[in-house]
This record gives sequence, C-alpha cells and structure tokens, in this order.
Amino acid sequence: MSTLSKNYSYVFLVIGFLLQTLLHAVHADNTSGVWSGYISGQGRAFWQSPQFSDQRDGDLSLAFEPEYYKQWNDGLRAITFSPFVRLDSTDPERSHVDIREAHYLHVVGDWEWRVGVAKVFWGVTESQHLVDIINQTDLVENLDTEDKLGQPMIETTWLKDWGALQFYILPGFRERTFPGRKGRLRTGIVVDTDEEEFESGAEERHVDWALRLKTQFGPVDLGISHFNGTSRAPELRPTLNSAGGVELIPYYGLIDQTGLDLQAIIGNWTWKLESILQTKKGRDFTAAVGGFEYTFYGVSESGADLGVLSEYHFDDRKQDAPVGFQDDIFLGMRYVLNDAQDTEILAGGFYDFDYSSKSVRVELQRRFSDSWKLESELQMFSDVAGDDPLRTIRRDDYFQFDLAYYF
Amino acid sequence: MKKIWFLTWLLVSTCIFSISWAETPEEKGLAIAVAADKRDTGFVTQTADLVMTLRNRQGQESTRYIRTRTLEVEGDGDKALSIFDRPADIKHTAVLTFSHGLEPDDQWLYLPALKRVKRINSRNKSGPFVGSEFAFEDLGSQEVEKYSYKYLRDESCDEWQCFVVERFPEYEYSGYTRQLAWIDQAEYRIVKVEFYDRKNSLLKTLTYSGYQEYIDYFWRPDEMFMENHQTGKTTTLKWANYKFKTKLKERDFNSNALPRLR
Repeated sequence: MSTLSKNYSYVFLVIGFLLQTLLHAVHADNTSGVWSGYISGQGRAFWQSPQFSDQRDGDLSLAFEPEYYKQWNDGLRAITFSPFVRLDSTDPERSHVDIREAHYLHVVGDWEWRVGVAKVFWGVTESQHLVDIINQTDLVENLDTEDKLGQPMIETTWLKDWGALQFYILPGFRERTFPGRKGRLRTGIVVDTDEEEFESGAEERHVDWALRLKTQFGPVDLGISHFNGTSRAPELRPTLNSAGGVELIPYYGLIDQTGLDLQAIIGNWTWKLESILQTKKGRDFTAAVGGFEYTFYGVSESGADLGVLSEYHFDDRKQDAPVGFQDDIFLGMRYVLNDAQDTEILAGGFYDFDYSSKSVRVELQRRFSDSWKLESELQMFSDVAGDDPLRTIRRDDYFQFDLAYYF
Repeated sequence: MKKIWFLTWLLVSTCIFSISWAETPEEKGLAIAVAADKRDTGFVTQTADLVMTLRNRQGQESTRYIRTRTLEVEGDGDKALSIFDRPADIKHTAVLTFSHGLEPDDQWLYLPALKRVKRINSRNKSGPFVGSEFAFEDLGSQEVEKYSYKYLRDESCDEWQCFVVERFPEYEYSGYTRQLAWIDQAEYRIVKVEFYDRKNSLLKTLTYSGYQEYIDYFWRPDEMFMENHQTGKTTTLKWANYKFKTKLKERDFNSNALPRLR
C-alpha cells in the first residue's frame, strides 16, 4: 500500500479535480458514463526451491481494475477514472493499490490536452521497451515490465496530417514497486520501498518534462523523443538499516534521455528499431534494440498467421549495465489463430552473448464465452552465471495463469 | 447558347458512338462498377453501429459490438475506423484503415491495455476479420480499380432486376480468383456476392437484406449474411444507427489520436 500513501497529495488533487469536472459534466451534457473493467484470479507456481530464505513457492492473488468513462461534446471532452488493486496471498509488497488513470481530456481544433493521472506508451519493439519512459514500471505485477503505474501529467498534443507533436509536464514522481521478502523474482537483498533517495533536492516533487515528435513517410514511422527529469530506473544501493541489517535503497538520479523509434513495413517484413542516449552525472550511455517480425499469413485452413520475430539488444555499458539486455538476442514466434476466441500463442527466448544465460517465455491467451479470458505464461531461466544480472532470479522458473471476468 | 449546343452535340454523338460501337462485356461490367461507385459518392462521413454474430457448424455463437466511422476521401480510398465495445476484454480496441486502391492500405491497431498504437501490416487481405467469415478484403473500401469486370447477364433478384457482374481482384494477395455480384439496376444496390477461392470453387455467399434509403439518397442494408459453404460457418452483420454527413473531421481519423477516439 506504500505506493499510494506516498502520493497522497496527488490522489487528493486528482479526486478534487475529478469531482469538479464531474459536476461540470453533469451540467454540460447528458451522455451517461460507462463502467467497464475486469476482475481476475491469478495463481503462480515456482517449482524450484527458493534461493533465499523466506521466499515462497507460489501465490494466489486477486486483481480488480474498473474504469469509469464519460464523454460529452462529441467526445471532445471526456473524463476517465481507473483505479487498480491487487491482493496477494504471500507478498505484502505485491498487494498494492494504484490509480492507473484519472484524467480530463479537452480537445480544441488541432490541440488536445489531458490533465491528471494517465498512461502513455512510446515505441515499436516487442521484446523490450527502451524508449517508453513516461510511466513508472509496476514491477511486482510482471517481470516483463509492461505493467505501468499511473503518472500525473499535463499532456499537450498538436495533431497534424504529418503526425503529432506532444509536450508533457510531469509533476510528481512514482517510485518503482519491488517484490518483498517473501516474493520471488527479486534481488537477493530486499529492496526497502519505504525509503528512497533522490538526486534532485525537490525529491519526488521534481517536475519532469518530455517532448515527442511522431511522423511517417509512407511505410516508415518515426518517433523522436526527449525526457528530462528523474530516472524511472533506480540504482539499488546497499545500506545498513536501523536494525543492523543490509537493505537496498533505490536511488533515483536525474537524467536527460533522447529516444528514437523507427518502424518500416516492407512486404511481409516489419523492421523495428529503438535507441536511447542517456546522460547523467557519472556516465552517459547508449542502448538500442532492433530487429524484425516476418509474418506467414494464412498458414492453416482456418486462416491462422505465424509471425517470426528476432531482436538484438545492445547497451554500451556492456557488463557494467544494471540491466540484463546488454548483448542479447531475442528469438520468438507469434501464432495467431484468428478464431472466434482470439487465441494467441507467443513464445520467445533470450540468449545473452556475454553471460551465455538463456531464458524462455511462453504466453497463451484465449477467450471463453464473451466475458471470460484465460491467460497463462511459463517463464524459465537456464545457465545463469554467478555474475549475471539474472543470478538472483535463476531459480524462479514459474507457471502463471490468470482467469479474468470482463464487464 | 453556344455552350448548350455544344453539350447537346456531345450528348447525341456519345449516344450514337455507344450504339454503333457495341460495348464488350468487360466495358459494360466496368461501366456498371463506375456507375455504382458514383451513385454512392457524396456521403462525406458515415457512422453506424454493427453487431456481428459468428456461428459455427455446431451452432455456437459469439458476438461482437463494433462502432464504425468512415471518411470519404476524394481521389483515394476511404478512411475507416472500427471501435470494439464487446467482447469486453477487447473493449476500446480500434482498427484504423486508410484504403489506397491497388496500393497497400495503411493500417493501425490500438491496444487499450498497453495504450499502444501499433501500425500493422495490411498485406493480410484474405485473413479473417476478428475470427469471422468476413476477410479484411470483404470489408474494405471497394474502389473501382480494385477489380477488373465482366458483365454476364440481366437476372431478376427478388423484387428487383439485377445486373450479374463477374469481378476479378486486381490487388495483390486476394484469397479469391473471382466474385459474382448481383447489383440492382435501379439504385445499384448489391444484393448478393459469391466468392470463389483460389482453386475457383465456391467458398462463400454474402447476402444483403433490409435496404433502407437514408437522407433521401444513400441505400444501406440492415443485414449482411455471410455463409461459408466449405466450413458451414456463418457470420451475420446487423447494422443500425446509420448517420451521414456527421461532424467528424479528418483529425478523427488520425492514428495519433487513437488513444482518445472511443
């Protein structure tokens, strides 16, 4: 629950703001609001004995993410409110509450404004999202870093035929979530999420900003972005706590990050590239991920598609990189049945050229009836060396299933 | 005055010309397609609600609720946006397509869970649209240049008199060798289309029904029924709430606006 309590001021700000817009909306118009969302039950099983004491062999959890949406003035004004809660049976750090979205949309001509807590996605690649930086990663949700925390922002979009120019003011920092003592998929020494250090004197009140240009030339899509502010990825610093034990304290530095994302569709090929240049006190670095997806259409009688993907990951910090993607190749396939249940299977593996470690992931999703959906995933690690950034999760192979009811 | 004389002369000579030079079946087929296209021009924008029901051979059903928006583009294919309301797990998913006749279309998919706008490969013309018996190419904007034509015969089709026209896809990657279309002679309404697969055997039949006239000009069907003869599966499209010349603008079909278009 700590993520929420630290952002009290924002929560109140957002609620107050929403009440105001709601009142305004009630007077202004008549299109009724709509509730939608899902409730899901999840189970995870880790079949290898844990590497660290206190870690458990699995967990059961419940997640609930409703969304309220109301628009008026032909959709040129709208409010969205979407809280999220997960209750986990073993790891109190994984039980958490967040406001994923709580924003007001205002469109005038070519200009769009969004004010409040929102989610933004940047980028094109599949196996890692390098350029995407606006929202903090909700790491306790999934290792794949695709779950994000809501970010307070003022977003301005200038929409033109040639693309869009977007400007962001980001007041208020969200700290990354980390698994607790009992959780798997964590660092050896537990990260203390109740304490953190910032390079900025304003700490979590530092106002970040970002800029993004999106345009296209025929089959080529180009995005250029710049971010200035507190890094979403912390350095984890070992510290002695009051009880005399060692803990990891997240340290969030100030960075400038310029990003480039490029995609080209040529025949059955889709070529993708993301690259970042980050400057901060200490050391600058560049990182990139790029590759292709080739699709074989209609491989079965029923019209299934088979996509083959490969992406290469690079980070010029090499083995000093705090991330696992410094010299890795990803190979994967996507099998889309194109059936009434939207059945999809995604399987992929990473090979690390520096550490020779391998990891494999298989994801399957299928809808049952019109309201139920089953998602499952299998994650395995092998040949993880003692100096590999993955070493603390090398015994954390797992199988996960999610059964969700959508409304 | 001179102008009127000139126009009359042009008209008369054109008539004589077309009588004296008998039209080939190909010319007549093309002329029908051009006339049908012209008859349906001028709606500027169109919105409609769609309920799509998929039914397999065992009779199991699955339903999608989709809102559609179309922008007419002069000199190019239309821009079309489909927003899904149900099944609930794909609520707010949207597909935006810029049709370009014989050139590959531009297509984007909006994935609401990730807030991700993904430009996708539109080469998959013959693939099924959301698991239905409609292929992407069946639902795309039907520009004249997408086919070559051959007029076959006149035939009565229920209460109307129809042209029967054979059309051959000219665009790449079609799943068909040819289609047979029944088009009513009075208002150029499509009554029925038969689709022949790459082996030239009958694959599907699409039947249009419940035509109504909107804003005193545009004819639209209430229902489209697609039957796959090879698998026994069917898909029914029920249309409602047709609106024309709406307030929609070009920017309501911009891929960068997809996260807010819902």
